[in-house]
Amino acid sequence: MVLEIDNLKVSFFNSNGEVQAVRGVTFGVNEGEILGIVGESGSGKSVTSMSILRLLAESAKLKEGSIKFEGKELTTLTKKEMQSIRGKDISMIFQDPMSSLNPLHTIGNQVAEMIAVHNTNLSKKEVKQRVLQLFEKIRIPEPEKRYNMYPHQFSGGMRQRIMIAIALANAPRLLIADEPTTALDVTIQDQILKLLRDLQKDSNTSIVFITHDLGVVAELCHRVVVLYGGLVMEEGLVDDIFENPKHPYTLGLMASMPEVNQDKSIRLQSIKGSPPDMTNPPLGCPFAPRCNYARKMCAAELPPYVEVGNKHRSMCWLLTQGAPSEHNPFK
Amino acid sequence: MHKFILKRIFSMIVAMFMIALLTFSMMHSVPGGPFTRDRKLPPEVEIALNEKYNLDAPLHEQFFSYIADAIKGDLGPSFRYTGKTVNDFIESGFPTSAKLGVITIIFVLITAIPMGILAAVKSGKWQDMFIMAVATIGVTIPSFIIASMLIYVFSFQLNWLPTYGVDKWSGYILPTIALGGYSVSYIARLMRSSLLEVMGQDYIRTARSKGLSDIKVITKHALRNALVPIVTVLGPTVAGLLTGSFVIEKIFALPGLGMHFVNGVAERDYTTIMGVTLFYAAFLLAMVLVVDIFYVLIDPRIKFDN
Repeated sequence: MVLEIDNLKVSFFNSNGEVQAVRGVTFGVNEGEILGIVGESGSGKSVTSMSILRLLAESAKLKEGSIKFEGKELTTLTKKEMQSIRGKDISMIFQDPMSSLNPLHTIGNQVAEMIAVHNTNLSKKEVKQRVLQLFEKIRIPEPEKRYNMYPHQFSGGMRQRIMIAIALANAPRLLIADEPTTALDVTIQDQILKLLRDLQKDSNTSIVFITHDLGVVAELCHRVVVLYGGLVMEEGLVDDIFENPKHPYTLGLMASMPEVNQDKSIRLQSIKGSPPDMTNPPLGCPFAPRCNYARKMCAAELPPYVEVGNKHRSMCWLLTQGAPSEHNPFK
Repeated sequence: MHKFILKRIFSMIVAMFMIALLTFSMMHSVPGGPFTRDRKLPPEVEIALNEKYNLDAPLHEQFFSYIADAIKGDLGPSFRYTGKTVNDFIESGFPTSAKLGVITIIFVLITAIPMGILAAVKSGKWQDMFIMAVATIGVTIPSFIIASMLIYVFSFQLNWLPTYGVDKWSGYILPTIALGGYSVSYIARLMRSSLLEVMGQDYIRTARSKGLSDIKVITKHALRNALVPIVTVLGPTVAGLLTGSFVIEKIFALPGLGMHFVNGVAERDYTTIMGVTLFYAAFLLAMVLVVDIFYVLIDPRIKFDN
């Protein structure tokens, strides 16, 4: 395993008290695997990904749990040790390419900086040479000319390509992509996904891909983790999740996906209600208030994980032994 | 770039003309004149004086003849101090004001910017609270109170520094602190809030995710972005500090330009009011131009062409 996250708990502390954003998340990423993390806003997916490289705001505290990268515990590293891992072994791509690049520095310098900081033996010329090679690899036309341009002279798609170039500059073993295509239009999104997939095949880098777009997951990922209310609801191989979902929340997500040939007179389905307030997380299953199949039990106590297949687990009372079979989609 | 600067200089000339016109009309609409005294002058004397200084001509004629002279660099004779010209005032007062101004600007920059950076980096900690408390005091207490307190402590009680005059270098210390106190506090606060805002930007997170050290993140990525609002206020601040402060010059008995400005208004010394106002305005406009050029140097998104 490249990355192992075990029982991760992260909270934010503000004037209203403690916001329990992540409440015990466990998952792993295999070598060369693309793992999708799916969830809506506030599910804890970004917080989980940011806590791997400790990029969260100062108000966030890692309360419990362990994050292991290639067997090495990351949570106890010193600041300096963490800095030597950031951008070298693990790197990140962020959601908004428009604001993720420094407006006052040239594109070339921002990529060069990533190489220079982890390869102090290289001369300036060698670093620039590497940047230009990278530009070619990510298919940036006229690399020499683009090197000296500024972010505002680039389109959103081009900027996200630059972010990918920065992230891959030191051939990291793990890439964390936090909704990298959310801010882009669909055609550009497609190009970026294709680029990521090609680069991943060439280098065998593991990727954690965070998104709320199930279409993107189906296209790109090998395995999926579904997050809700700061907990893993379901985890499994991408085919199992899509063909045989074992959690009412996953069912709801599938049902609310638009289809190309869908009859236009039918309204798009949605999951009613809103996500739970994480200052006061529910005692039982966080999805229970919005779940079509919820029973008394669901709100009272957190369900256990049930192994429903090969590498496929789900957290739901309906899957446990003794769950009633009427009005139960899984029995 | 040349085209931009030429365009700006042209608009500066228009602005100067408007400032001159406004000052001239306001000055003449205020009751009283340069020869108004407690004791009324004999009418024949007043007529003779008005004739001598061209005050009997129609206002627009007075204005245009003043402008014609001003363009040639002649700001006219003082109406109240016979034998002195406004050019004399500026020539004798400006060097003193400017010297104190330059020292104060340097003092402001080397104290305010590090203070703001430290407060932002240690945001919420005691260093931040201390700096912000000092800065709040500096912004709220007027300079003449600060000056009086400084004189009381350092001149009377401790007897370390002179109470007036700039014959020795030590004479500059108290006026510099009193004059720069407000700007130091204001710029330190601005620096802090600007840096804190920049530190929350996405590109700072990107810089951190590259594995840069905290110091590099601040110096290479945050500081330049945070300096933009500082440069904005620095233009008028520099112009204001260089052209002198009446209060500080009065308290420390410095023969600067600020004194002439206030005396000119009080005594309705028309040419002095006009001359000093235009001098200050020209300075301010020049500083604004310098600020705009600085913007282009700092931020590649800003171009000369608009």
